[in-house]
Amino acid sequence: MKYIDNNLVQKKMGSRLLRNKLAKLFFLLATLFGLFVLVILIYRVIRDGAAWIDFDFINNKLSTDPERAGIMGAILGTLWLMLVVAPVTMILGIGTAIYLEEYAKKGKLQALIQTNISNLAGVPSVVFGLLGLTVFVRGMDLGNIVLAGGLTMALLVLPVVVVAAQEAIRAVPGFLREASYGMGATKWQTIKNVVLPASLPGILTGTILALSRAIGETAPLVVIGIPALLIPLPDGVFDKFTILPVQIYYWTLDSALVAEYTNLAAATIVILLVVLFLMNSVAIFIRNKFQQRF
Amino acid sequence: MPALAENNKIQVFTSMEEAPKNVSTKKVVYDTKDLNLWYGDDHALKNINLSIYENEVTAIIGPSGCGKSTYIKTLNRMVELIPVVRISGEILYRERNILERTYKVEDLRTKVGMVFQKPNPFPKSIYENVAYGPKIHGIRDKKTLDEIVEKSLKGAAIWDEVKDRLNENAYGLSGGQQQRLCIARALAIEPDVILMDEPTSALDPISTLKVEELVQELKKDFSIIIVTHNMQQAARISDKTAFFLSGEVVEFAQTDKIFSNPSDKRTEDYITGRFG
Ligand SMILES: Nc1ncnc2c1ncn2[C@@H]1O[C@H](COP(=O)(O)OP(=O)(O)OP(=O)(O)O)[C@@H](O)[C@H]1O
Ligand SMILES: [Mg+2]
Repeated sequence: MKYIDNNLVQKKMGSRLLRNKLAKLFFLLATLFGLFVLVILIYRVIRDGAAWIDFDFINNKLSTDPERAGIMGAILGTLWLMLVVAPVTMILGIGTAIYLEEYAKKGKLQALIQTNISNLAGVPSVVFGLLGLTVFVRGMDLGNIVLAGGLTMALLVLPVVVVAAQEAIRAVPGFLREASYGMGATKWQTIKNVVLPASLPGILTGTILALSRAIGETAPLVVIGIPALLIPLPDGVFDKFTILPVQIYYWTLDSALVAEYTNLAAATIVILLVVLFLMNSVAIFIRNKFQQRF
Repeated sequence: MPALAENNKIQVFTSMEEAPKNVSTKKVVYDTKDLNLWYGDDHALKNINLSIYENEVTAIIGPSGCGKSTYIKTLNRMVELIPVVRISGEILYRERNILERTYKVEDLRTKVGMVFQKPNPFPKSIYENVAYGPKIHGIRDKKTLDEIVEKSLKGAAIWDEVKDRLNENAYGLSGGQQQRLCIARALAIEPDVILMDEPTSALDPISTLKVEELVQELKKDFSIIIVTHNMQQAARISDKTAFFLSGEVVEFAQTDKIFSNPSDKRTEDYITGRFG
């Protein structure tokens, strides 16, 4: 006796094929929905803002007069902020990842640290803002300068960088480490010459994506009290500053007072999106260019 | 009186009726005494006693899971990379116990090179792969490195195939070439002993033949310990053969004797393909 009844198979064939088609349709719609919303968003900011983008808009300082207002201050502020965030997160993040993956004994303590890091990655950014306010702005009495904001942002993206770097390091095959140890290399020589070169593309990609998250974050900096007032252009990490998303936030808030602020906000969003797009392209470029085969 | 002591050992461990003429002149490189090893509670090596001689090829055979890899990875202490491992007993390498805490593994692994089952070159150029060991040990001079690279690649019989593409990535080589590159890489640290864990199991017959010929060539300068699943290979290239079964050494003798006139029934069953 046969287990598979051919007649039954034939009878069910139609509904199986139909469900197959429905599944495909559902996944397509899910994708299209996200895409559709994104297109509308981009269309609207470009419609409202594109006409306002010119050399003066980028080059001018902030002003209450929409015709003369520019975002040079926010651009410089963003750059200075990144100059603090990038090295701090890379050194601390990669260092932590190397420790956890290569040195830490797999045990209770390691598991505890690991869980904490994963949980930190999910803590809302406002909370990091409060942390920065308490520790850097008030505790260390730095005030709301670039350094304080940068350290706050660095803490915010640190868990993401640690996890990304850990994954990249874990993906380095064991046989490469064995080959290195087998020739009498020390642990540090193995990490430096084999593990890091092989995991660097992954680490860098993760870091850049984390930085582009930092560039788009508003809440923590609003919490530490980035001024909405007109301030001089920052030229160092000890100056007061503002950044692109905070600028967008305040212009949007005040658009009830001055209608053109809506357009200025939209124009700034376009600039921010371009910056993010460029950073993500660099991340993809690095991943493809330096990816090692093994 | 070390010479006498050595002679005694040989008698004990090989227990052969017809002792080979040259045995007494050969020096012991590795002397394993009552070695036991556990992976957690799993007793993987049981009371191993084995002597490895200079300028010989020693083959280790036995069914899968009998502890062959574990044993040769103990000889350069690579097993210690696995956290659950516990070891007791002694392994004398050139008369010093390598299992002592004070013995530096980095030092041991400079004298004992290893070739793994799967070719595992670094994702670097052919040149950098071979120069890796010397660089690790502090050689920076370009000319010296060039010479070491050439000598090692020649030693591994792959120089002619790669001499025009030293700066290309090692992963552009065929599997057989990669394995010979790994042998060259091991030669570059100028070892005393070379451990090989099934070095030809991932290779085609022609590459296998090349590696086997190479082993014959290399034993003039090195002592070689080779794990293999291939009985003909053991018979072709080794001087002595150790048969492992469930973590024990069942028989250790001249290869001729193991394959023509084994003293243990289990050895006979294994080499005639009746189990394993
Ligand atoms: N990392 C490990 N953790 C726990 N047990 C292990 C580990 N490696 C090996 N073992 C156990 O030790 C025993 C010997 O393994 P080993 O790898 O030495 O066998 P082998 O003779 O090399 O086998 P094969 O011919 O299949 O390579 C096996 O029972 C195996 O399950
Ligand atoms: Mg094995």
